[in-house]
Amino acid sequence: MADLKPTRDGFGEALVELGKINQNVVVLSADLTSSVRANWFRDKYPERFFDFGVAEQDMMSAAAGFALGGKIPFAATFGIFASGRAWDQIRLSICHMNLNVKVVGSHGGISVGPDGASHQALEEITLMRVLPNMTVIVPCDSEEARLATLAAATHKGPVYLRLGREPFPIITNYKGDYKIGKAVTMADGSDLTIVGTGIMVQEAMKALEELKKQGISARVIDLHTIKPIDKDTLIKAAKETGAVVTAEEHTVVGGMGSAVAEVLAENQPVPVRMVGMMDRFGESGEARELMKYFGLDSAGIVKAALEVLKLKK
Amino acid sequence: MNRPSVEQLKGIAKEIRKDVVTMLSEAGSGHTSGSLSCIEIIVALYYYKLQNDPKNPKWADRDRFILSKGHTCPTLYAVLARRGFFPCEELMTLRKRGSILQGHASLCTPGCEASTGSLGQGLSIANGVALAGRLDFKDYRVYCLMGDGEQDEGQVWEAAMTAAHYKIDSLCAIIDYNKQQIDGWLSDVKNIEPLREKWSAFGWNVIEADGHDFKQLMDALDKAEMIKGKPTVIIAHTVKGKGVSFIEKNSVGFHGTAPKKADLEKAIKEIEEGI
Repeated sequence: MADLKPTRDGFGEALVELGKINQNVVVLSADLTSSVRANWFRDKYPERFFDFGVAEQDMMSAAAGFALGGKIPFAATFGIFASGRAWDQIRLSICHMNLNVKVVGSHGGISVGPDGASHQALEEITLMRVLPNMTVIVPCDSEEARLATLAAATHKGPVYLRLGREPFPIITNYKGDYKIGKAVTMADGSDLTIVGTGIMVQEAMKALEELKKQGISARVIDLHTIKPIDKDTLIKAAKETGAVVTAEEHTVVGGMGSAVAEVLAENQPVPVRMVGMMDRFGESGEARELMKYFGLDSAGIVKAALEVLKLKK
Repeated sequence: MNRPSVEQLKGIAKEIRKDVVTMLSEAGSGHTSGSLSCIEIIVALYYYKLQNDPKNPKWADRDRFILSKGHTCPTLYAVLARRGFFPCEELMTLRKRGSILQGHASLCTPGCEASTGSLGQGLSIANGVALAGRLDFKDYRVYCLMGDGEQDEGQVWEAAMTAAHYKIDSLCAIIDYNKQQIDGWLSDVKNIEPLREKWSAFGWNVIEADGHDFKQLMDALDKAEMIKGKPTVIIAHTVKGKGVSFIEKNSVGFHGTAPKKADLEKAIKEIEEGI
């Protein structure tokens, strides 16, 4: 088995790279510096690191101030505190002014595990994609997280980067071609399309093998950028395969599946099944155990695939 | 900047006060009494203290002013226009569709440094701007005007701790302490006293001043600049609705209401006579 790494590690590595190549990059944290892997940057570039203590709202507005002063701030904390607690600060201080702030929410999803519902962010994609000017990115492995972080630094405007703490293998194969807003077709197929985001792309790749055994050819798309959404890739896939399953470690209410359904309903209506958290909170448990319990795994995706195929004309 | 005379500043404040009631009356809505209470503060900043260039509003070395109490933007707009950041004719477009003068302070206005209006965010923004300047070895100063009702917001105190922790002495906060908020007197709605002791306990240098007295305001702004190693807050005691008797008497009612066109003449007359 290849090395397992959480997406937060790719972020932490990229920050260190950015510290070296871009003097304007500053990192802000809210007492969770090691958990979000901002400590690697802090230890190397302490003069450009600012801890705000347990004060996420203050951190987000201060990040706006840094951006107004010409800096490129990465403001990192747990996803629920970034996207939820500081939502109004992100809305007015950051998005309304279209500032160059990178909001980083680690510990996204049910795979946070034993910490339970208070810390399992399941709503960030929804909360962030409703904000004008915001770009929303959810990497599926640590390498994609590293590339997304580097890309976010050169992208003009606000970005939300959703990261996780559970380690997974590297499944992407970029050759200098990572691009914000450009979905990646991980596997071609003709019977249906599985659109995954974050670690659910990992599960989608496993589901692909299961479906193959049943004689079903699935296309897998890594939708790492939820906003702006890659309409062309989605419409083409819907047209060519005629059925879509979306998979996210996040609520289905307004999340990635909703975003995909919005595009397809207007442009290429096909049957859609969503795999995600069904409008409920999480609970404590081990990461993989919870993913299985809530159907956020390859088995859940296979089940949805078989259902959606029945609806296909 | 050379000190203008108090008489000069009083004359300017009179013109701004007339602009503000006229703009609000024309708009038909807006925040009147809080705009009137902070006129001398903003005039003292823009006509005495701030180093900026109306012809080059994004000049990198300029001093910054963040209006955290974004609902009282009519005063800022009038001052910016009279200082030459944009033509005075624009003032009559306040709150109208397509205007550069939005209902709450917005980055789209030349010279306006931040979008505000959701209270409590301005001081945090000011901290960030000041720390960015420190990293670049710039010596610009950052000023932030807050409301007194705004002191209810928890984020203000988060930001207060941040500024003290990072010893941001390039920052000067000002509180427009007119003692009233939308629901009534602060002492009835939610008591913020002892305010001086609170800021002092949070590690700030505190100066109190009469917020309508230009000499006191200029002295306070000068003193703030001399203090090193900690931020300064000026608690400016003001009168809500200052300068127009019927607005002063009903200042809570005029928090979020504009003077009627029929009352405008009376307001202008009082301002000119200087009640």
